[in-house]
Amino acid sequence: MDKMTTILQPDHATFPGMSEPAKSRAMRHVRGLSDRTIAWLFVAPTIALLLAINIFPLVWMIRLSFTSLNLSMSYLPLRFVGLDNFSDILTDEDVWIRLQTTAQFVIWSVALQVIIGFGLALLINRQFRGHSFWTTIILLPMMLSPAVVGNFWTLLLQPQIGPFNYLISLFTGVPPSSFSMTGQVSLAPWTIVLVDSWMWSPYVMLICLAGLRSIPDYIYEAAEVDRASAWRQFWSITLPMTVPFLMLAVLFRAIENFKMFDMVNLLTSGGPGSTTELVSITLKRAAFEKWRTGYSSALAIILFVTVFGAANIYVKALNKVKQR
Amino acid sequence: MTAALAKSTAHSIVEASPRAKAVAGGLVILYAVITILPLLWIVATAFKSQSDAIAYPPKLIFEPTLEGYVNLFTVRTRQTPDFIAKLPPPQTWYDKLVRQHDMVIAGPSKVVPRFVNSLIIGFGSTFLAVFLGTLAAYAFSRFRIPLADDLLFFILSTRMMPPVAVAIPIYLMYRQLNLTDTRLGMILLYTAVNVSLAVWLLKGFIDEIPREYEEAALVDGYTRLQALRKVVLPQAVTGIAATAIFCLIFSWNEYAFAVLLTSGEAQTMPPFIPFIIGEGGQDWPAVAAATTLFVVPIVLFTVLLRKHLLRGITFGAVRK
Repeated sequence: MDKMTTILQPDHATFPGMSEPAKSRAMRHVRGLSDRTIAWLFVAPTIALLLAINIFPLVWMIRLSFTSLNLSMSYLPLRFVGLDNFSDILTDEDVWIRLQTTAQFVIWSVALQVIIGFGLALLINRQFRGHSFWTTIILLPMMLSPAVVGNFWTLLLQPQIGPFNYLISLFTGVPPSSFSMTGQVSLAPWTIVLVDSWMWSPYVMLICLAGLRSIPDYIYEAAEVDRASAWRQFWSITLPMTVPFLMLAVLFRAIENFKMFDMVNLLTSGGPGSTTELVSITLKRAAFEKWRTGYSSALAIILFVTVFGAANIYVKALNKVKQR
Repeated sequence: MTAALAKSTAHSIVEASPRAKAVAGGLVILYAVITILPLLWIVATAFKSQSDAIAYPPKLIFEPTLEGYVNLFTVRTRQTPDFIAKLPPPQTWYDKLVRQHDMVIAGPSKVVPRFVNSLIIGFGSTFLAVFLGTLAAYAFSRFRIPLADDLLFFILSTRMMPPVAVAIPIYLMYRQLNLTDTRLGMILLYTAVNVSLAVWLLKGFIDEIPREYEEAALVDGYTRLQALRKVVLPQAVTGIAATAIFCLIFSWNEYAFAVLLTSGEAQTMPPFIPFIIGEGGQDWPAVAAATTLFVVPIVLFTVLLRKHLLRGITFGAVRK
């Protein structure tokens, strides 16, 4: 009987009503390594790898952020400058402008993706014939490499030879070479929003679709019995019950877009001027072009703390919504 | 009788009317067609000649050629027509194609080594991440681990760092360890990034396998490890395969680390493709050819993964 209990509840640390010696005697009946040993043997390699590749470098970076290290002048002795890098960054107006550019990119692209994604999910949820095939087609862009996407959109958006301007001119009559989606200060910020939304609206769609499918039919049936209008059903059933899913999608997209580097780096490389210079691109230039390692380490830490802090606040809000 | 009636009305309420369905279908198909056009344009561009690719207005109808693919795989030099006339007749169809433009093939391009790098780094990091991830996920799923939630959150939080930020100390560390621009360095880095996804996804899949099976095996005298190998793993195969494909797609598509930490030896396709240049800037048919070859496996994987896609993109948070 003791043996059975042990086997059936291997992860329960305490067995009520069993004394310590009895417990260890029972454990010995399971052959091979003890569960505890196995648990640690299995988790340790992953933790070790993350410590080596993520945490150790992070700690090193924190140390460097207090130095004036510049890799193009690495013959200079390492000099500690205290919080100078942080105060330089936080008082630098350019950095604040890059952060604003990034925030605007995040807000507009996520908003557009929510509208397109949620709209598509509502339509697909009507289960017309062939919806599964067309959904797969719609999903393709988000599976591609953002860098490759950024690169081929530069061809599509070329003012003269690209099909995009040509199509716009077909519909509006504006000559195709009269505007440049990536080269014009007024258009470039919208171009990165557009391409990002082309790529990631399906992501929001897929999550919203799961939300819509999680709503049990009987709720709509009850609403129908109460003669609630379709409009009313949408606002008081469909939307509130999809909100937790929508928020999850927004969380993931916002974090990803805050970190955005690859697609924009290839599409506009921050230009024209610095109109689309997202903060990741600033960081890359400081770290890998100007080689200001101390300064860029400080900037990287500020970014990390921002993402992490914002994500934590957001997750708390998400849990509140879920509980309702 | 009442039950049957209720069922039939329920059906009509919840199902959209045929007209609503048709409208929805029309709109979705319209969006799908618009969204797929850019990809089709790239596939088509790969079969255009240099001049067709940069023609104004953009050409919809053109004479297909394999020039783009030939240019992708070869390095060519321009020669005088006299020089070419004196050469022995072309041995192959691609020799012939190149000579039409007063060029001679000088050798293979770097695309094959870059493709091989993508494959080795992709499969290497996927194998390691899935192996480590399966062990860790099993432990998190079946055993009581102190601070398990904190550890799991720690594992996930490593993905919140912007890649450019992570690359700064990695660059310094790899310089010390001579891992810069090596496949091993990239495999380790991608494994670290992928393992967080693998642990989260696989924990979800293993949680879904009833414990009773392994418990029965343990009663029959199996050790834990035998039970894992002979009972749990066979049931987790679909989940492990789906997780592996997600890891593979990440490594395959990754650009930021690749462009910052490799320059030649270990360079993968994403940083290579934008720099396929011809005589006047980017060689668009060749770039498009490379993009097509690069994207085809992803399209196949997307179709294969369709059922598990939602799980993968939300770290297992939404399971459908």
